[in-house]
Amino acid sequence: MVRDAGLSALVALGLFSSMIGVRMTQGDDGMTLTGRGGALAAVVAAVFVGRLIMLAWRARRPAGTPSPKRVDAGLSRIGRYVAPVFLIAAIALPLYGGRYFLDTGILVLTYIMLGWGLSIVVGLAGLLDLGYVAFYAVGAYSYALLSTTYHLGFWTTLPIAGVLAAIWGIILGFPVLRLRGDYLAIVTLAFGEIIRVVLLNWTSLTGGPNGITDIPRPTLFGLKFNASGDADTFATYFGLDYSVTQRFVFLYYVILGLALLTNWVSLRLRRLPLGRAWEALREDEIACRALGINVTITKLTAFAIGAMFGGFAGAFFATRQAFISPESFNFAESAMVLAIVVLGGMGSQLGVALAALVMIGGSELFRDFAEYRMLIFGIGLVVMMVVRPRGLVSGRTPSIFLGKRKDIAADLVAQGRG
Amino acid sequence: MSALLQLTGVTAFYGAIQALKGVDLVVNKGEIVTLIGSNGAGKSTLMMTICGNPRARNGQIVYDGEDITRLPTFEIMRRGLAQSPEGRRIFPRMSVHENLLMGAYGRPPAEASQDMEQVFTLFPRLKERMAQRGGTLSGGEQQMLAIGRALMSRPRLLLLDEPSLGLAPLVVKLIFGAIRELNRTTGLTVLLVEQNAFQALRLAHRGYVLVNGAITMAGPGAELLARPEIRAAYLEGAH
Repeated sequence: MVRDAGLSALVALGLFSSMIGVRMTQGDDGMTLTGRGGALAAVVAAVFVGRLIMLAWRARRPAGTPSPKRVDAGLSRIGRYVAPVFLIAAIALPLYGGRYFLDTGILVLTYIMLGWGLSIVVGLAGLLDLGYVAFYAVGAYSYALLSTTYHLGFWTTLPIAGVLAAIWGIILGFPVLRLRGDYLAIVTLAFGEIIRVVLLNWTSLTGGPNGITDIPRPTLFGLKFNASGDADTFATYFGLDYSVTQRFVFLYYVILGLALLTNWVSLRLRRLPLGRAWEALREDEIACRALGINVTITKLTAFAIGAMFGGFAGAFFATRQAFISPESFNFAESAMVLAIVVLGGMGSQLGVALAALVMIGGSELFRDFAEYRMLIFGIGLVVMMVVRPRGLVSGRTPSIFLGKRKDIAADLVAQGRG
Repeated sequence: MSALLQLTGVTAFYGAIQALKGVDLVVNKGEIVTLIGSNGAGKSTLMMTICGNPRARNGQIVYDGEDITRLPTFEIMRRGLAQSPEGRRIFPRMSVHENLLMGAYGRPPAEASQDMEQVFTLFPRLKERMAQRGGTLSGGEQQMLAIGRALMSRPRLLLLDEPSLGLAPLVVKLIFGAIRELNRTTGLTVLLVEQNAFQALRLAHRGYVLVNGAITMAGPGAELLARPEIRAAYLEGAH
C-alpha cells in the first residue's frame, strides 16, 4: 500500500516539478528561475497521503461493489420523504430567505429545470446532447426579440419561445438521427456553437456581442413590478409599499412553477407508451426497430420536447436578466447542465434536483474562494464518480406496476410451476 | 394453401459484400418453416432483410399480397410481422412487464393486456418475473420474453432468429414446444431461423438450407432430416 502511494507521489513529483517546482521571475538581468521546493513538497505529500487514504478506504470493502444494494435501497426509501420535504422547503423559501437566497434559489431552479429538460433527451432517450444550451439561447432570444420588437408580454411569448426551441430541436434532430454516442455528442456540440456564433455575428438582428438590453420584466395578470407608483403596478394594486423583493419573489415562483411543470410532464411522459419507447430506444435501438417502433419520430419527439423546456428556461432567463448576450450561452453552460444530469443519475428526477442544488448552490457558497471554485468543483466530480459512478440516485423504478402482483406470484408458486 | 410471405430473387449487401445471392422462399399460411444453415450463411441477414433493414437490393418481398420490399421497417412490422431478433435483444433495464408492453407499442391498452394474458398462458414463468428487470432473467427466460414481446403485437407471421442459441437442451425443448403449441392452437405462421438443425427440422413443416447466401435445398422437414448430405453437414454430433 505504501509502495503504491509512493509510486503515485513519484508520478506527482515528475509532473509537478516543472509546473510548480520552479518559478520564472523577472530580475534585473532578464529572466531567472527560482526553485519552489516547499510548494512542490507539499503537493507531493498531499498526493501521497491522499492515495494512502483512498487505498485504505478501498481495502475496507470488497472490490467490485462500487455501489452496494443496501445504499441504493436506503436512498430510494429516503427519496420518498426527501422529495416532499424539498418541495415544501422550496415553496416556503421566500418566507425565510432573504434577497440573496431568492436570487440563488432562482438560479438553482433554472438549472434544475434545464437539467430536467435535458434529462428527457439524455436520461430517458439516451441521446447524448452536448449542445443543449442552443435551445436555451433560442428561447432567450425568442423572448427578447419578440418582446422588444413587437412588445409581446412574457406569458404570450413563453409558449412561442418553447415552440421555436422545439422546432430547432427537430432541425437538429434530423441530421443526427443516424448518429450515436460520440458522433452524436460531437454534432450536438457543434450545433450549440453554431447557434452561439450566429447570435454573435448576426448583428442586425441580435445586436451581436452587445446583446439585447431592456428586456421587459414579466407581469402578474398585467400587474407590473416597478417603483413608478402607477395604478397597474403590483404594489399599488394591493396597497403595498414597493419593494424590489416583490419582484424577486414573483420571479422565484414563476421559475418554481416552470420547473415543476417540467417535472410533471416528464413524469407523465415516462408512464406513457412514448416515454417507454424513449427508454427502450436508450436500451436497444435495433430491438426497437424490430418491434415496429418508428425510431425517427420517437427520437425527434425526444429532441423537440427536451428543447422546448430549454426554450422555456431561456425565456425565463431573458426576462430575469433583462439583458442577454451570446456570452451567456457558451459550451460551459451545456457542460454544466449535462454534468447535473449525469451526476444526478440518468433519468432520476430527484437526483437531477439534488445535483443542481449541490453544483449551483454549492458553487455560490464558495463564491468567496473564487480562485478555488473550479478546483473544488473538479474534485467533487472525481469523488462522485469514484463513490457513485452511476449518479446520486441510480436506481430505476419501473413506470408500471400491477397491484396484485404478489397474489399472482404466490398462486403460481403454490401450483409448483416455479 | 396460400402464401403469406414470398421472396423472389432477393439480394442484400453489406457495403460491397453480398450477403444474399438471390433467395427464393415461400412461407404459407399456418406453416412453420425453418431456415437452417451454418455460421455466416446469411440466415440473420435474410431475416433482417424481410424487415427492411438492410433493404433488399434486387428481388421482391411480398407479404399477404402486398409488395413490402421498399417499405420502412416500422411500416412492415405494422402489417402483422413480428420478430424475435438474434441475441434476443430484450431491454435489460426495463421490467418484464414493460418489455412486453413495448411489443404492443401503439395498440390499445385493453388489447395489450388481453395479449399479455395469452403470453402468460404460454410462458407462466414470465408472469412470476413480471416486476423483475429484463437483464436479471436467465437466458431461457430472456428468450421467452423476446418471443412473448414479439407475440404482443398479435402477429400473423412470427420471425424467430435462433431462439435456441446458448440455451440448455431442456429449455430449448420447452421453447420449441411452445412454438409448436402456438402454431397448432392459433394457426400462427412461423419462420424459424436455426443452427440447431435437428430440432428445427423436427419442428418445422418445411425447411430451407441456406449456404453462402443462396438456398441449396428445400423440402418437408422430415425429408430434409433424412438426407445424408444434411446429416453430414449439420447434424453430426448435434443430437
